[in-house]
Amino acid sequence: MPCIVLRMSIGHTLLGLLEAGPRHGYDLKRSYDERFGHDRPLHYGQVYATLSRLLKNGLVEVDGVTPGDGPDRKRYAITEAGVTDVEHWLTQPERPDLYLHSGLYTKLVVALLTGRSATDVLDRQRAEHLTAMRTLTRRKTGGDLADQLVCDHALFHLEADLRFLELTAARLDALRNAIRSPQAEEARP
Amino acid sequence: MTPRDPSARAVAASAASAASAASAASAASAGAPGTGPARVGLAGPADPSGTSGALLAAVELRKRFGATPALDGASLRVDAGEIVALMGPSGSGKSTLLHCLAGIIGPDAGEVHYGTRRLSAMSEAGRSALRRGEFGFVFQFGQLVPELTCAENVALPLRLGGVGRRAARERARAQLARLGVDDVAGKRPGEVSGGQGQRVAVARALVTEPRVIFADEPTGALDSLNGEEVMRLLTQAAREAATAVVLVTHDARVAAYSDREVVVRDGRTRSLAG
Repeated sequence: MPCIVLRMSIGHTLLGLLEAGPRHGYDLKRSYDERFGHDRPLHYGQVYATLSRLLKNGLVEVDGVTPGDGPDRKRYAITEAGVTDVEHWLTQPERPDLYLHSGLYTKLVVALLTGRSATDVLDRQRAEHLTAMRTLTRRKTGGDLADQLVCDHALFHLEADLRFLELTAARLDALRNAIRSPQAEEARP
Repeated sequence: MTPRDPSARAVAASAASAASAASAASAASAGAPGTGPARVGLAGPADPSGTSGALLAAVELRKRFGATPALDGASLRVDAGEIVALMGPSGSGKSTLLHCLAGIIGPDAGEVHYGTRRLSAMSEAGRSALRRGEFGFVFQFGQLVPELTCAENVALPLRLGGVGRRAARERARAQLARLGVDDVAGKRPGEVSGGQGQRVAVARALVTEPRVIFADEPTGALDSLNGEEVMRLLTQAAREAATAVVLVTHDARVAAYSDREVVVRDGRTRSLAG
């Protein structure tokens, strides 16, 4: 099962979930896991640590306390400052991933530098990528909208890797063949 | 290399096969309802090329178009109910391989086995009956007869196979409904969207309950959303009916709907994908 790590801020995500209405920590965790945590559900510790940080920064407030013990008696509500914070977070675009997985790029270059077949590297990588893509596709076709969005995001990225590798391998193999072909040898002064 | 060449060739071959199929149906019993070509058993006699038990197998296929080698020793095995994606760059020979597997064109060398039968040992009428009775086809575009309604298009292979008008119409309707396009049954292909048209084409490929569907870039002319929907419907229906699919695509997201992929490069199949 490929691990989909969405680069996200747990604090902002919890704030976003709280915008719908006040909730207990347990509810928040459940709703987070349902939407975002398929591969990495939150730990309770993370939830309460995040909530106490948000509380300290005035982004949430305690909306009510149920009598009894345990950490889950507090109900949290988002504050005006919290809403502004979510809004600001949403206006900040995510940094695009500019660099290909370095191990993969390195293998391709080393294959070319050492006279090995770049297409072999590509084909093995494609098989690996496609195995992951198949798992994602199965999950997507059986899943709800949230599953579809998360899986599609990962699928498009994996596909982009493959397209780049295919293009690069074709370009570099062609270049290497041109350099090594006898015609090229003869054409040299 | 234009993507039109292979699919145009295939469509032409398919149309020719439909025409010859019609005459074959009237001349012989091969096309009588329910008595199409015998279903292929999975157990074959001892087979030196290792194709025994496969539904469909290509062994060391070679094919040239003029001076250009399209296939240079391509081999492939497809088991019953398996969905296999043929991938590779343009001009790699993947469509030619599909056309050889489907008996649309004959290889210069090598052999295609369908169960225990060798395609090269069959008559053209026999291959034509096979394509009509046991194979289904989905191409990128241009496969529906523009003068017929969508329902008539889906009923067409059944009618060519000798199924009565009323039964063919009912089965066509049911198949269109299964693919969520029963609402376009009375429209002509020119009056429906690209996505709807491809779903009609998938319905037509499935309606004869074939053992194998050959799909050559079935989503090539569609946007992402429609392409995904066509792939989801095609693979879902094929899995439910245990129909094998040979899928030609250069799109990894489309190939991800398959059970495994085979890479075709310079006319050869590569087995790195294991």
